[in-house]
Amino acid sequence: MTLLTAHRAPSRLRVVAWRFFQSAQGRIGFAVLVLLFLLAFAGPGFSLWSYTDKDFTAFLSPPSAEHWFGTLQTGADVYAVTLRGMRKSLIVGLLAALVSTALAAVVGAFAGYFPGWPDRVLTWGTDLLLVLPAFLVLAVMSPLFGAGQWVLFVIMLALFLWMVTSKIVRGMTISLKQREFIQAARFMGVSPVRIIFRHIIPNLSSLLIVDATLNVSAAILTETSLSYFGFGIQPPDVSFGTLIADGSRTAIYAPWTFWFVAGLLVITVLAVNLIGDALRDAFDPASQRPR
Amino acid sequence: MTPVLEVTDLNVSFGDVLAVRGVGYSVRQGEVLGIVGESGSGKSVTSAAVMGLLPPGAKVTGSVRLHGRELIGARQRELTAFRGKTMSMVFQDPLSALTPVYRVGDQIAEAVRIHQKVTKEQAAVKAVELLDLVGIPNPAERALAFPHEFSGGMRQRAVIAMAIANDPDVIICDEPTTALDVTIQAQVLEVLKKAQRETGAAIVMITHDLGVVAGFADRVLVMYAGRPVEVGDVDDIYYGPRMPYTVGLLSSIPRVDRDGRQPLVPIEGAPPSPAALPPGCPFAPRCPMRVDACDAAEPPLFDVGPAHRAACIRWEEVRPRAAARHAVPVHLGELRPRQDRQVVLEVDGLVKQYPLLRGSVFKRRVGTVHAVAGVSFDVREGETLGLVGESGCGKTTTLMEILELTEPQEGRIVVLGHDTARLGGTDRMAIRRDMQVVFQDPLASLDPRMTVYDILAEPLRAHGRGNPGMRVAELLDLVGLDASHAARYPQEFSGGQRQRIGIARALALEPRLLALDEPVSALDVSIQAGVINLLDALKTELGLSYLFVAHDLAVVRYIADRVAVMYLGRIAEIGQVDAVYGAPAHPYTQALLSAIPLPDPVRERSRRRILLEGDLPSPADPPSGCRFRTRCPKFRAALTDDERALCVTVEPSVRLLDRDQGAACHYAEKLKVT
Repeated sequence: MTLLTAHRAPSRLRVVAWRFFQSAQGRIGFAVLVLLFLLAFAGPGFSLWSYTDKDFTAFLSPPSAEHWFGTLQTGADVYAVTLRGMRKSLIVGLLAALVSTALAAVVGAFAGYFPGWPDRVLTWGTDLLLVLPAFLVLAVMSPLFGAGQWVLFVIMLALFLWMVTSKIVRGMTISLKQREFIQAARFMGVSPVRIIFRHIIPNLSSLLIVDATLNVSAAILTETSLSYFGFGIQPPDVSFGTLIADGSRTAIYAPWTFWFVAGLLVITVLAVNLIGDALRDAFDPASQRPR
Repeated sequence: MTPVLEVTDLNVSFGDVLAVRGVGYSVRQGEVLGIVGESGSGKSVTSAAVMGLLPPGAKVTGSVRLHGRELIGARQRELTAFRGKTMSMVFQDPLSALTPVYRVGDQIAEAVRIHQKVTKEQAAVKAVELLDLVGIPNPAERALAFPHEFSGGMRQRAVIAMAIANDPDVIICDEPTTALDVTIQAQVLEVLKKAQRETGAAIVMITHDLGVVAGFADRVLVMYAGRPVEVGDVDDIYYGPRMPYTVGLLSSIPRVDRDGRQPLVPIEGAPPSPAALPPGCPFAPRCPMRVDACDAAEPPLFDVGPAHRAACIRWEEVRPRAAARHAVPVHLGELRPRQDRQVVLEVDGLVKQYPLLRGSVFKRRVGTVHAVAGVSFDVREGETLGLVGESGCGKTTTLMEILELTEPQEGRIVVLGHDTARLGGTDRMAIRRDMQVVFQDPLASLDPRMTVYDILAEPLRAHGRGNPGMRVAELLDLVGLDASHAARYPQEFSGGQRQRIGIARALALEPRLLALDEPVSALDVSIQAGVINLLDALKTELGLSYLFVAHDLAVVRYIADRVAVMYLGRIAEIGQVDAVYGAPAHPYTQALLSAIPLPDPVRERSRRRILLEGDLPSPADPPSGCRFRTRCPKFRAALTDDERALCVTVEPSVRLLDRDQGAACHYAEKLKVT
């Protein structure tokens, strides 16, 4: 810490990054997540089978040298489909969580900071989305999520995850606005939008990070349950959701069809939680500095 | 005479941290012992340990004897029998010491009925008597009120009434007046003295204010880092201290009775954390008289005189400080005469009112709070105007109105030659650059999530100065901090250092006018002196003008050139500091100045106090005519009925009495009070 001189601009970003990588939690979580991404994107290259291939000589066979994770009832290679599913789920989960938390923070903070019509409009919009049955809307819109439309799917998922957090953020912003350091910034001539992004949102970072980590699992699971009912990711494409849905039927007598997917899902969620915890500590100056 | 309460070798630890180490004292009947120390010195923990009120996690060893009965390790039932009967306590915060859902009279009656076999009716009568004794007007009626209907001073009186309800032998007062304004503090101290006369109890008075102790205590115990470092008769401690810490404390207090600009002498550094005490004498790292032997072992209490003990190995050489060690450069006389200098801030007839609304769905206006009712003053280049007054007088509202830079409800604010009513966006931005603010609580005014670098760079970035790196290092240097501190968060600094960061931020854009909102009132005295000196030095060095808002008149005397005393939204008296403090003309200023306790036992005992009656009237319903007349000693005693009629009907405006001293009183007369 003392090595940083004033000229090297010890700004918040630098300090937070430094503190994040100082903690074992943060390093492990980050490393695991990077490995998972590597596996999802580079992993399929090591196998002879792609996720669309079917091996008609081996239905529901256990793991072997030929099929590392075994095969499904259709003869599809479990290793190939799992990695393909992971690629989708990782992106959908992480992106949906980030988008929903960012939306919650921005909408909540603006609603709380600007009383009057911006607050009324934003609160009204939040309430509207809150009363719409999200699952039904997603189900109705699912035909749109065909091939290549996963971005739309992410946005829709995120749109139904942010409202409650946004309400909390709004309430906390109203109380934060009274604090002296916000007043000090105002009297210094800092613009309201800058105050929101530089003071209010960072001071809610503990809440937002916890919310984002929870949203990752929530997004993956929502996608899973949607896919389970046949909406969401459509065949021939696969996701964790579709794989777990299929695998759970054969899990008793062919455990490899289920446990590899489930295990990877658990590891993903765990890694995200580790990163979240470490980030929260890194942002929070009051927390014990890792030694 | 045997002591009523005797504490010997008391130790309190929370886990591994020793909060109190070897405290011992004794008080006899009718004696007042003052325990003095800065925050974190363990003085409140000591009293809680004596009362047996510490949480279960605390480990207490040593001995506390009340009338010879050991209290440490006594059963809870025995302690309960003592508490409130033989030994009672007055807490700092009177609001939290009273249960909000019970009537005040019932709470006092409850205290009586716990320890005395009396009927409900008898207890209620006793409660009214007690309220009368502590000087609450219409006690029978007020006994039926709830705590929130009482003002702060009245609540503290009620708590004192409760404490003396069972005629205790020992009353422990833990900062009983810290939360109160000076005029109310003077009232409450009077009540405490009366209560002591009535009950003959011994009082243990815990406070950080050396002035309060000077006039009240017979003996003083000074605590530092959980340990008594000096104990003795009050005169010995104040006039012949033998411990460098006591000397430092005494010379760092700003005094309202000293004119001329003598720089204060701060104690360098900050008090050690109880978890990481330095080896040897805990005060050694801050001590100006430190020698190598100080680090060898913690010094015991040496007998340095009759009933006077001090924990310093060099006590024989310790002398009360006469002259300052760090002379602050004072460039008086270099400034041009006041009328030739530019006006940097002009406030003329400023009015700020808040509507009082009732109802949740259909809000209707049921009244108006007149927070500021026509205030006028000006600040010229290079001078400091102190805006003083008790809480609720409108001084902070005035400051906020100026800082908002918008058109006031009534009146005019001119900042650096620009009328705020006619400001465009770019002009406002330019003024924001030239006028900066320092807040009261440095921890609250610095964003806890930002590093010091970001905090200091923020004003630079907001006004489009690129590459703040160099300037940040310069600023840290200017306020006496190290450039390597830039990567830390505000939490990692002590109170005084944080306030220095707040000052550095305010100076980042090289402003011309600095608005200071109680910048030192959250700091301990030894730290406060350093910040006052820094502000004073910066003013001359950078040619700044200050608008200094404070409730502490002594601090204002040190820093300000001119002072404006506010009462209930109006200026009562304004003028040059030495003129106003030397011979105040407004009865309120006189009462205010005479209420401030001086850290000088002999003068304090011989002083004539002008006690104000009652509390501040509500700003929603100010008295007609002169706002001060309901509490004015002159109105009450000195004026004839004809003269009073003028006070009731006509609101006085500030009238010039002297070259630079004006008072808003029809019958203003100069009077020397301190």
